Parts: sequence; C-alpha cells; structure tokens
Amino acid sequence: MLAPMKYAAPATVEEARALLAADGGARVFAGATDLIPQIRAGRPEPSMMIDLKRIDRLSGIARAGSTWTIGAATPTADIVAHAGFAAEFPGLAEASGLIGSDQIQNRCTWGGNLVNASPAADTPPALIVNDAKAVIASAGGERTVAAAEVATGPGATCLGADEIIVEFTLASPPPRTADAYLRLIPRTEMDIAVVGAAARVTLAPDGAVTAAAVALGAVAPTVVRVPDAEAALIGGPLTDDALEAVAQAASAACRPIDDKRGTVAYRRRVAGVLARRAVAIAADRAAADQRGASS
Amino acid sequence: MTVTESRPESSSEPPAARPRYRFVGTRPVRHDGLDKVTGRARFAADCDLPGQLAGCVVRSPHAHARIISIDTGEAEAMPGVKAVISGGDFPAVAPGDPNYDMGVNLMARDRVLYEGHAVAAVAALTTDQARAAAAAVRVEYEPLPPVLTIDAALDPAVGAIHAHMFTSGADPAPTEPSNVSQLTNFARGDTEAGFAAADVVIEREFTTQPVHQGYIEPHAVTADASQDGKATVWCSSQGHFNVRAQTAAMLGWETARIKVVPAEIGGGFGGKTTIYLEPLAVLLSAKAGRPVKMVMTRSEVFRATGPAPGSKFRVKLGARSDGTLTAGKAQMAYSSGVFPSYAAFLGAWTVFESYDIADFEVEARNVVLNTPRSAAYRAPSAPMSALATETVVDELAQALGIDPIEMRLRNAVSEGAINTLGAPFPRVGFTECLEAIRDHPHYGAPLGPNQGRGVAAGHWFNIGESSSATVNLNEDGTATVVTGSPDIGGSRASMALMAAEELGIDVYDITPVVGDTESVGFTDITEGSRATFATGMAVVEACRRVVADLRGRAAKMMGVDVSEVDWADGSAVHAGGEHDPLPLAAITAEAKKTGGPITVTGSLDAKGVGPSFAVHLCDVEVDPETGVVQVVRYTAAQDAGTAIHPSYVEGQIQGGAAQGIGWALNEEYIYDGDGVMENPGFLDYRVPVASDLPMIDAVIVEVPNPNHPYGVRGVGETSIIPPLAAVANAVAAATGRRIRDLPMSPVRVLDAIVNSGSDSTDSSSSNG
Repeated sequence: MLAPMKYAAPATVEEARALLAADGGARVFAGATDLIPQIRAGRPEPSMMIDLKRIDRLSGIARAGSTWTIGAATPTADIVAHAGFAAEFPGLAEASGLIGSDQIQNRCTWGGNLVNASPAADTPPALIVNDAKAVIASAGGERTVAAAEVATGPGATCLGADEIIVEFTLASPPPRTADAYLRLIPRTEMDIAVVGAAARVTLAPDGAVTAAAVALGAVAPTVVRVPDAEAALIGGPLTDDALEAVAQAASAACRPIDDKRGTVAYRRRVAGVLARRAVAIAADRAAADQRGASS
Repeated sequence: MTVTESRPESSSEPPAARPRYRFVGTRPVRHDGLDKVTGRARFAADCDLPGQLAGCVVRSPHAHARIISIDTGEAEAMPGVKAVISGGDFPAVAPGDPNYDMGVNLMARDRVLYEGHAVAAVAALTTDQARAAAAAVRVEYEPLPPVLTIDAALDPAVGAIHAHMFTSGADPAPTEPSNVSQLTNFARGDTEAGFAAADVVIEREFTTQPVHQGYIEPHAVTADASQDGKATVWCSSQGHFNVRAQTAAMLGWETARIKVVPAEIGGGFGGKTTIYLEPLAVLLSAKAGRPVKMVMTRSEVFRATGPAPGSKFRVKLGARSDGTLTAGKAQMAYSSGVFPSYAAFLGAWTVFESYDIADFEVEARNVVLNTPRSAAYRAPSAPMSALATETVVDELAQALGIDPIEMRLRNAVSEGAINTLGAPFPRVGFTECLEAIRDHPHYGAPLGPNQGRGVAAGHWFNIGESSSATVNLNEDGTATVVTGSPDIGGSRASMALMAAEELGIDVYDITPVVGDTESVGFTDITEGSRATFATGMAVVEACRRVVADLRGRAAKMMGVDVSEVDWADGSAVHAGGEHDPLPLAAITAEAKKTGGPITVTGSLDAKGVGPSFAVHLCDVEVDPETGVVQVVRYTAAQDAGTAIHPSYVEGQIQGGAAQGIGWALNEEYIYDGDGVMENPGFLDYRVPVASDLPMIDAVIVEVPNPNHPYGVRGVGETSIIPPLAAVANAVAAATGRRIRDLPMSPVRVLDAIVNSGSDSTDSSSSNG
C-alpha cells in the first residue's frame, strides 16, 4: 500500500521550497484545478501536496509606478474583477475569465495555468503578448524568466525540481495599446481551446501600428509567437490586407496535431481566423484607449 | 414558454383551458421538489449502511481479448480486502441461453468484448483499498482484433465476434455466423412503380455515432446479503421490479429472495432500464458477509454502460410535384455494441412511420461491435431514422418549392392511416402539431446574417405494459398513493393530480410515493413514455374503486341504499338530498365502524396507448469562418394528449430537445484504432451546457387519447426525435451545405463550407 498523501500549508516561500526540495514526490498547488483531475484520471498521487495559498506574497494584485505585480496563486476571478487591471489588459482579463467555470475561476491561477504547461492553456498566449515575466524562487535566490520561456513542451517547464513561481510582473502598457484573446471551443463555456489567439497592438495617433504581438495556443507543443504577423502589421494602418497577412502568417506558424478536439487542417485555418479577429479587436480597443489622450 | 407561468399555489385553481378538470392541468409544486432543491433527497449513492464495504470493478483495457488467466491472490491478501469475485463466481451461461448476453456483459467469462468490460470485482474496507486491490488483480490477456465500425461488421470477410450468432430474420437462414445479429424487412406496395410515379426522387446517406444518455447520476448500488440467502438492494433505476428480476436471473436466485428499494433517480433516459452493478454487489456482499456499496466513476459510466447505437443509412424518397410522397426505400444499419438489440427493428418501424406512403421497402440490420452494449435512449432508434427521413423530406420540399410544413401536412398520417406494421393509427395529433408550428410567431420571424431555419417532425408509438397502484386513505381524510414506477420526470406529481381529481381532495392532501418491490404490486419499467399513461390508469382504477367503497360506507352511515349515493367534489352526496353530504374525511373517521381500513390496489396491463407526434423549429447561426453552430431560437410543439402537469410536460419537451441538439452538434463516442474510448468524460464528450442553448419554447398540443381516462399520451420520448434533423435542416439553410454525418462539430461544418463539393446532388433525379 502507498503511504497516505501528506498535506502542508507553508506560510513562506522558503518554507515551501524547503518542503519541495526535501521530497521528490511532492507537488505544489494553488487551485489544484489541474492536479486533482489528473490524479483522478490515474496519474500517481504526489507524496505531499504543498498548498501555496497561505503565502501572502503569492496572492494579490498591485501596481507600483508602471509595474503590475500579480501573485502566482491569485485566483483568476480576482484578476477578472480587478477593474484597474482589466482596463489596461482587457485581453489578459478575458483569457483569465474563460478558464473552466466560475467555480474553477475562484480557484485557478496564472501560475498553475503556466506550469501545468498544457498546449491549450488560455492565459499563456495573453501573458506572452503582454511580455509578462515570471519571478521564480530558486535555491540561490530569485530569477526572472519571460512567461514565454516557462513552458518547454506539453507538461514540461524550465522550472527546477525545487523552484516555485512566486509572482508575475507586467509593465503598464503604453498609451493607445490594448490586447485581446479569442479561443475556439465547440461549446460556449466549460471547454478547452481547440485554438487560442492573443494579440496586442499599439497605434500611433494617425492609426499606424507601431507595435504588435500575436501568439497562438493549442496549435503547437508550446505557445507560438507569430513574428511574420507582427511584421505585417507594424508600420502601416490596419488594412484588410494587413489583417489577411496576419491570418496567413498565423496559419503558417502553426504546428498542430490531429486529435479528438480538432484536425491539423481545422486548427491551421481557424488559427488564422482567430488571430485576425484578435488583432482587429485589440486595435479597436487601442484606438478607443483614453489613456493616451492625457499624455 | 408559451403555456408556462409559475403558479405554486394553483392546486385548487381551475385551469382556464380545460374547465372540466379541477386539478388535472394545474401546476402544483411537485411533492418531491423541496427535498430535491435542498439536497435532502436521497439518490442511489446516498445510501450508507453500518459496516459497509466499498466495491470496485476491474475493467478490461482491451476492446477484444481472450482471458488467459485471472490471478486474484495478491489482491485478496491486501489490507482491508474482504472479497474478490470474477466470472467463475456467477452461474455458467452458454451461448444461446436467454441470460447469456446480460450475464457475459456483467462479468466477462473467457473473453473481454469491449474496453471497460468487467473482469473481476473487489470489496474492501475503504474505496482506496478496493481500488488498490482492483489494480492488483492480475489478468493475462491475448489480444484479438476488434470489430469497431458498422462497415467492418457488415464485411463478411471480418470474423464474427460471436461464433454462435447467425443473423435472425434472414431468409434463407445463414449457414455462417456473422456480426449481423438481426435483419428486419418491411414492405408495402410496388416501390419501383412508386418511384416511377414520382416527379423528384432524392436518395441520401447518413451516419451517426453512438451517444450516451448522459444522466448526471452515475450508476450506484448498495447491497446487503443476509445469512438466510436473501438480499436487499438499494439503487436507482427506471424499474426496480426489473432490477429484481434481472439480478435474480443473473444469480440463479428465486425472485422472492431479493428486495429492491428504489432511490431517487438522477436521470435515466432509457439508460437505467438494465443492470450493471447489482449482482456484483450482492455476490460481494454474500461472500464478505457485509453490505457492499459500489459507485461508478464517470469514466466507467461512459466505457461500460449503454450508449445509444451508431447508425448508417441510405434513404430514398420520391414525391410528385404537388408534394405527395409516392415511395420510400431505406437501407439501415444500427450498431448495438457487443450484443444484439432491437435497434434495427425499431429503426425500420419508425423510418417512414410519420407519413402516408403507399409504396415502401425497408431493410434494417443490427450489427455487433467490440464496443459497450447499447441501451435504450429516449425513443430508441427513432432520432437517427428521423434524421434521414426528415432531411430528405426537407430536400424534396426545397426541390419542389413547397413550404416544409405544407409538405409535411400533405403527407402526415392521421386516424385510420395504416402504419408500418400494418395496423391503423388511432386518433393522433400530427397535423395539429404541424399547424401549431406553422401558426407560431417563430415560423415567420426574420432571420439575421448567417442564420438558417429548419423544421423536422418525429413520432413515437409509446407503450402500455403492467402497472400497479395502491391507494390508502388515512384516518383524517388524506391519502397515500403508492406506485411501482420510479419517478424519472415528475410522475409522482401527475399521479397525485389524477388521484386528487378522482377523489375530490386537494392534491397536497395526497402523498404520492414509489414503493419498493415488497410494498406495491408488480410494475414494469418506466419506459416507452408509459408512467403517466399506464401507472396513471392504475391510479385512476384504484381511486374509482376507493370511491365505490366510500359510497358504500356513506350509504351505511346515512342508512340508505348505495344506489342513492353519488360522489361529487370529495363528498358522498345523497341523491334525494335528505342527508347532508359526507366529506371524505368524515367517512374515513368512521371507517372502523363501516368495514375497516379503506385501501385498494389497482393493477392492470394498460391497453389503448396513444402515439405521440412532435414538430420542432430551429434557428441556428453558423460562423462561416470557424464552423461553430449556435442554436439561437428553438420552438417545439408536441401532442401530449392531455397535459396532467403542464410544467413537467414542458420539461420533457425541453429536455429531449436539449439532448437532441447535443446529439446533432457535438456528442459522439470517439475511439482510437484499438477500440479504446478517447473521451470518457464530460470535458470531451460534449453535452450542451446551459449557455449553449436558447430557452426552448415548449408548445403543448392537446389531442386527447380517447383510450385514457384523462386523455394522456406519453410525452417522455418524442421530443428527442426531431432535433437532429431540425438542426441539420437549419444548418443547411444557413450555409447552403447539407451535412449528413453527425455530429455537426465545428470541424465538420467548416469542412463542408470550405470544401463545397459536399453538397452533392448526384443521387437526386428528376423523372419529369
């Protein structure tokens, strides 16, 4: 018989790290909205479940100067409900508000969504177009890694065995900048992305695109940035031709698989559609962004 | 909803539509409602007994394999383990025995026949111990090639799964076994002449995948076998007498040794008309000497309990330019999983049943596969056959430029039309349902961009069968109505309403309960939309005999002859008016002096069943770039005969429509190449969630069934028949593409839009 699973709720990051380092079978969790279904589906039980929710630094949404700091264990429901944050990052808030159900969103977190490293996760593409950074507690102190670098493959991350994501930092976007996130699911909610697309666009006062980022989920082992789409946008106005170029670049950037949720051909085609639509939504929001007016 | 408004205090309020009834047709809060919304109601998994063990089933990872050996030694030695059973613990069954299919399905013997097939079961002190022991049962398999598709099953070159299975109904009788278990043929008239008389002939192929009933409550049972060779079983089902009979048969026990106590049921839809766990729990309990509780996981429910069959059809219909259908031809195949079923027969019966077609021929095959044994699902086989017929009728109407409702009105069966089996239809309300949809504001409402509207009809014959009801009058004039029909859709409220109408006392003075197998007379399964019809007849029968008894007792109390006493509004009334009326409570109060307790059982085999028709109207919006289909408006009209409790009739209409929409758009069993189910959970087996559906407008049509005391037709099943075709016809209207392979998932819809060749009209021909 297996020994019964242990539970720990440390109050500090160091305590959590020490527990993790001492037990190779231990897992940290916050919402456990991926971990518990995985155990129920037959994955081995961790020897110890380390609950990160009691660590003050891991929960909370704060802005200091032009930097936002979001605790890695902050429920996404709190992020969605934070009016100041959602005003600056409407697409990231959208992605955070699409995961599972309301009940799931009361528990699930960016940290978990990122380190679970599902190719279909909703928040990573939106974190990546906003150039989010993950602050990781390590044996030698802390290190900061771009959100784009955390997942290295399905279920695999750059985190060492005793490392924990503590928080995320995001720079407040420049004026006339906005993001958007869209996903394709066969239902209207309670589902997993067949394709996800995030975009962020910055517009000059004359409407020209001065900066752009496009990232796709569920079409490759990890999130795919689409530099060709970004290049097609930057420097010119948001024309139909530019949007069509975004769609084609996104379709071309996919490396999808056939599985029970979709086919290669479908994912490739719809990635282009969603990328184009997400860019258009982000640009509309950027054009309506009032923060630029006073600066 | 058209007929709905919430009237919780309405039990004594006469319905406006039918003033002749005081209670029937009103909407009292169901008697079991408060317990359900507060969580107090006890479902199957809520039964716990002192000292009970947890049971767990060992299931096959292979779709088809020979069992070389089963070693339970390690499992039996594990901590907390009290009993382990496998196929050898059950009575032997030989191929051809009536109990063979169910017996082998409950527990594999020499072979596993589908992924998830039970091979052993364990009982231990805790669930964790039982699961660990189940994982320690060593089964050695020799994998065999699985048969996984209808095409493979129809291929004579593919080996027969069952060496003893020869196609029944085939003439001449086959000399070789095959995977075709049964063949049904129906024919009338001269089909070739019928097609020759047509101005347009359209022939199409359709496929559908197995879909699960998707009840929220997984199968669960608690069994307590006693030292005297008896057992009590607590479980939820659609028929506890059936659970008793099947469990007894599987164990080789006499029926009287088993008592089955029905729990509240968290959805059945046909899927709980058979058993999976009960004999296992009884055997484990007998072996361990303690009660055993077993609860399936959702994955087990998907992998090991009955889905509805998949299907593959070719259907051809011809029509004259005025819309008259002249001939039909259907070649159909249903896959019933690993054992034979009646699916092909029901499909052959229902495919052309709604229309008066002079000449037709139908050939339907039931095939077996290495997939779970199929079970009934609301109007078994009819949703698939209606998908085919209602789509081709829609295409014919389009080709002829005839309104789709008008097309159906010109061909709809009515009283006296001869059905597929050769019997005349009684009075039915198909035309009335078509008119209700035609006249509904939805039918002419404007559509937005990328939207399309579809209409489709459905028919279900409904059944009668045996029911019992006992009416006990209490000392204070209240009453208890005990029936043997598990309440899967609000039937207790309907029983109370009919009893209130008969006895003339308030519906809340009646307590409707579902009795266990030792507390009420034999009652067949709640199936075929029969509970309110047939069990309702038993209730009415019992109440009328109670009233006769009450009149006799009142006559005694008045000192007059019983012929002078009538029953009106809950009181015995002296015809001559010389005595004051005696209310029911006044008679029960004196029951000891007039003959003792007043209790009557009505038992009958119900005849005069009323067929039911429905017509559904669906608007969809299709995203042309992603293929996502959103149902934006849905109206469903159905002939209930008489709606005893309109809210639950509406609930049945809405529930069937919701399930049919899921079937049309996203639900399907997905297998890998080895026959392992890839989506055994609600994440990837996509039933609609609430936000996927609009409010479904339920329109109750009432064409009373002349053979029921209150005019009831069954309403539970017909509503799932039209949605597949209604959605498909709407998608065709929105996109210009006919998708004839379900589900119409985004992938499939986008493929049809992008690859425009899919709307082939090569099999449509014009004779004129």
